[in-house]
Amino acid sequence: MTHRYLKNVVSLELDKDKCTGCGKCTEVCPHNVFIIENGLAEIIDRDRCMECGACANNCPFEAVTVEPGVGCAAAIIKGWLTGSEPSCDCSGGDSSSCC
Amino acid sequence: MQINSTTTQLRFNDIIGSWKARWGINRMNYKVDPGVYSVGAPDKESPVLVTANYKLTFDSLRKELKGLDVWILVIDTKGINVWCAAGKGTFDTEEIVGRIGKMGLAEIVSHRIIVLPQLGAPGVSAHELTKRTGFRVIYGPVRAKDIKEFLRAGMKATTEMREVRFGFVDRLVLTPMELVGSIKTSVAIFAVMFLLNLIAAKPFGVVDLYAFVGTVIAGSVITPILLPWIPGRAFAWKGWLMGMIWVVTVIILNGWPISATFGTIRGIGYLLALPAVSAFIAMNFTGSSTYTSPTGVLKEMKFALPLMVISAGAGIIALLISLFI
Repeated sequence: MTHRYLKNVVSLELDKDKCTGCGKCTEVCPHNVFIIENGLAEIIDRDRCMECGACANNCPFEAVTVEPGVGCAAAIIKGWLTGSEPSCDCSGGDSSSCC
Repeated sequence: MQINSTTTQLRFNDIIGSWKARWGINRMNYKVDPGVYSVGAPDKESPVLVTANYKLTFDSLRKELKGLDVWILVIDTKGINVWCAAGKGTFDTEEIVGRIGKMGLAEIVSHRIIVLPQLGAPGVSAHELTKRTGFRVIYGPVRAKDIKEFLRAGMKATTEMREVRFGFVDRLVLTPMELVGSIKTSVAIFAVMFLLNLIAAKPFGVVDLYAFVGTVIAGSVITPILLPWIPGRAFAWKGWLMGMIWVVTVIILNGWPISATFGTIRGIGYLLALPAVSAFIAMNFTGSSTYTSPTGVLKEMKFALPLMVISAGAGIIALLISLFI
């Protein structure tokens, strides 16, 4: 049974003019969002993207962009309350934590 | 340079330690020392596997290395697993570059390849790491159990090895932490219920207690376990639905609305307040899941949070009223 999250939300973009088809994005993506077709990367299923940022960080040609972050409601709430960026820091020091 | 040796055999203490970590006991201090570890009898040609210094991570890697001669480079992720550490920036290019230099990895092996866990990729820039250290980065499989096959295939991972899953067992092992996370708030709520009972005409009883406990379990255990089978996509919705099914069950079991052991107003209070609670708990499970995007979570929250607040607020008012009439 595969998991499906919300449709048409993610910030993932691929600039095919910069892509060289090196395939690094297919190597790092944990949800097989990319394939290499006709020598270039192709996004086959955007809705599977979880915006982890692995593809953008590891693309040597800056062809992939995404706004990375933590898909964690508790972190987002904490970010609102403390006025900081949401992060997985609920595990720091505190004994109760998320991930 | 000091090299530690390690084994592929987990001992009794390792198993107890992992069980404790899953229940949140000493979980944030379950670490191994960063550095280079040898498995078997590695030489200058042997592969280098990089991992985090969370002991659960280190153990799950080394137990898959039976019969292999490899180096493990443990970097300092402050005792956090690879994926979370990559997300929060402790499994990153900087730390690996520093550790390679500090440990003199270029002296230990003659080749210039390091194998990083694929889930470390969100924190690392492979091309930058190569530029700074001369080591080429190959991302290994997501799961340690595929390492052997990956190495045998000449450091090639299949599409299947590259995909993160979130299967039944993966979700099940997370539920103790979800439950433990709800205990503190639950105890506070019980305390308030107890205090209210001192002045109430119709105090809270056993039904109220198990209605609430069941709601917490619906959100923190049942929703994670049944996750892919519950219709809908948003976590808050899934949690709300499970909570609602539970509340309706409780109400029917107690003969409502015909001959309720508790009044109509309290029943309405349950229906409004409790599913909102399980929805909130389930929504927070997005952080433990392996497939939710921050943009998606934000969208879900903007929709669900106001509804939860309104519903829970109205429900609490109804419950308070039910104590006195």
